[in-house]
Amino acid sequence: MKLSRTWAISKKELFHIYRDRRSLALVILMPAFLMLLFGYATTIDVKKVPMGALDRDRTQESLFFIQRFSASPYFSLRTFVQNEKEMTRLIDEGRVKMGLILPWDFSETIKAGNMASVQILVDGTDSNTANIILGYVQAVARQYTQEKTFEKVARLGTGHLQLPVEGRTRVWFNEDLESKNYFIPGLIAVIMSIIGVLLTGQVIVREWEKGTMELLISTPVQKGELMIGKLLPYFFLGLLDLSLAVCMAKWIFQVPLRGSVVLLFLLSSVYILTALALGMIISTVARTQLFANQMSMIIGFLPSFLLSGFTFSISNMPSWLQIITYTVAPRYYVTIVKEIFLKGVGFSFLWRETLVLSGMAAAGLWVVTLKFKKELR
Amino acid sequence: MVEFAVKVEDLVKRFGDFVAVDHIRFQVERGEIFGFLGPNGAGKSTTIRMLCGLLMPTSGKGKVAEFDLMKESEKIKQVIGYMSQKFSLYDDLTVTENLHFFGGIYGLSGPSQRQREKHVLEMIGLTELRDRITRTLPVGWKQRLALGCSILHEPSILFLDEPTSGVDPISRRNFWSLIQQMGEKNVTTFVTTHYMDEAEYCGRLALIYQGRIIALGTPSELKVKTLAQGLLEVECDPLIPALDLLKREPWVSEAAMFGDALHVIGREGVDLVQEVSRILADHGIHLKRIGWIRPSLEDVFVSLIEKEGER
Repeated sequence: MKLSRTWAISKKELFHIYRDRRSLALVILMPAFLMLLFGYATTIDVKKVPMGALDRDRTQESLFFIQRFSASPYFSLRTFVQNEKEMTRLIDEGRVKMGLILPWDFSETIKAGNMASVQILVDGTDSNTANIILGYVQAVARQYTQEKTFEKVARLGTGHLQLPVEGRTRVWFNEDLESKNYFIPGLIAVIMSIIGVLLTGQVIVREWEKGTMELLISTPVQKGELMIGKLLPYFFLGLLDLSLAVCMAKWIFQVPLRGSVVLLFLLSSVYILTALALGMIISTVARTQLFANQMSMIIGFLPSFLLSGFTFSISNMPSWLQIITYTVAPRYYVTIVKEIFLKGVGFSFLWRETLVLSGMAAAGLWVVTLKFKKELR
Repeated sequence: MVEFAVKVEDLVKRFGDFVAVDHIRFQVERGEIFGFLGPNGAGKSTTIRMLCGLLMPTSGKGKVAEFDLMKESEKIKQVIGYMSQKFSLYDDLTVTENLHFFGGIYGLSGPSQRQREKHVLEMIGLTELRDRITRTLPVGWKQRLALGCSILHEPSILFLDEPTSGVDPISRRNFWSLIQQMGEKNVTTFVTTHYMDEAEYCGRLALIYQGRIIALGTPSELKVKTLAQGLLEVECDPLIPALDLLKREPWVSEAAMFGDALHVIGREGVDLVQEVSRILADHGIHLKRIGWIRPSLEDVFVSLIEKEGER
């Protein structure tokens, strides 16, 4: 392998990138655009759920209970309704997602020391949101019950009541359970997967389609020189995109970056190579740029989005699918980025993932040089 | 020292059922300008691509420089320069950037590379335009740049596949004078063309038709050998009935329209002038002029192809 030849190839690719301003803009703007789009769209925190209330009791007590909901950041009380029919209509029309119905004997039952039943209607069309709403509702109700119990005990004067067990929860790594802290690092991994494959998805097939490959393969250039030479400029573009995504995560989305930035970039470099090699394979096998582009989108996007553990937790998948996830590179990178961002772990925890990714990158490049023939096809 | 720059025997290339190149055999001497003449689809490009190591021959054997066509294609690539039929430089790069890239690919570097680039730029006459984006150059200049890129590393054999197609006549002449300059430096040039006038520039010619070489020799050899009986030019009025008439006569081996005259080749032992004059007079066709002419390569080629068709 001759360095001067490799460098000649790299320099030529840089000229292409430099002259093709539109693609260059796309390469730089795309990660920013994806970060913003996914960053804001994929938040699963449920806040200000519109709710309606039907208060049949109309007492101080019932109003107090309703305020427990309306005063929290999770619900916003839109309207009081007069009957159940009206409540049904509001939910049907989608104007409220949650309906609270208090029975006429709400306060009486409580005063009598019995259990009052409260009816809660939840719009289940979006099951995820509905689940979260249910969680909030139960939490509010539980807390209310607890307070009432304490009050009662205090009034009876039988001394201080101690609950048998109190779970004092403390969430690690994402203390406020903010979904963005969990999503954004994974999103960086997804974006790097898409960009990486897209960057090199064209580089070989374009030369075939333009006819320049015919001349190039008539020269003594070696396959390795050609591939490495073509890879290098895009590797640095990938690093640029990574820096952009990390900066946006830190300063726009305020995601804490607890681990070492150097480690993040080092391990990301390995992953960028893996993704670029995958793009190269597509570019070598594809006969047209159009096909290469479509393949890059599908291969770059789908596994990283569905099988990496970014959107869907791998441990909840059926076991055959779990096995498949081991073959997709983004799975390992999502782990690396999340662990470094949220847990701040060091290399000693991530060497396995790094090893797998390095192996995949090497195998990818090997396949490319195997598949690429210095002969007309 | 090998005496031949290119030597092939029984070279065959099949694409499925189609035989693109059918057992061709020829030798190209060092320093020679060797022309490969033939209509489109005759197998010219396929042959040149096999010689450059871009296509694997189906069978046969051959050597380019001292390297085996079947086994040492990468070694061949180090000593040849190739200009493909379709323009295949990077049109978003400038003239200098293209030259610099191919210089780098061929392993040039440092001051010697700069010197070669300067020299080649002067030779192809693009020094003034060295910072122009290649896309914006006229076709003829692009072709000169392509030639420049292929000679940067001073190859000993140059393969040019229809280098002047789509180029205006003046640029074509300029281009050929460049090729002749290369010949003076003992560079072997293997060039394909379908322009008959260009074939006259070649030292030797192979006529290729339907994948086979149907004639090989210097342009004048071909003319003498093929049209030994000579070529009769007949100007008469009306032209078409005269042509139909002559084609029917058994002593005419060939008759064809050529501009506003007829070119007639007779069978051996026939007094062509006398016979033609007689038959035209018999049919009341006015004979304006009749005389022997020196055949052009086009006559040779048309004649050879017609003979092939008869076989």
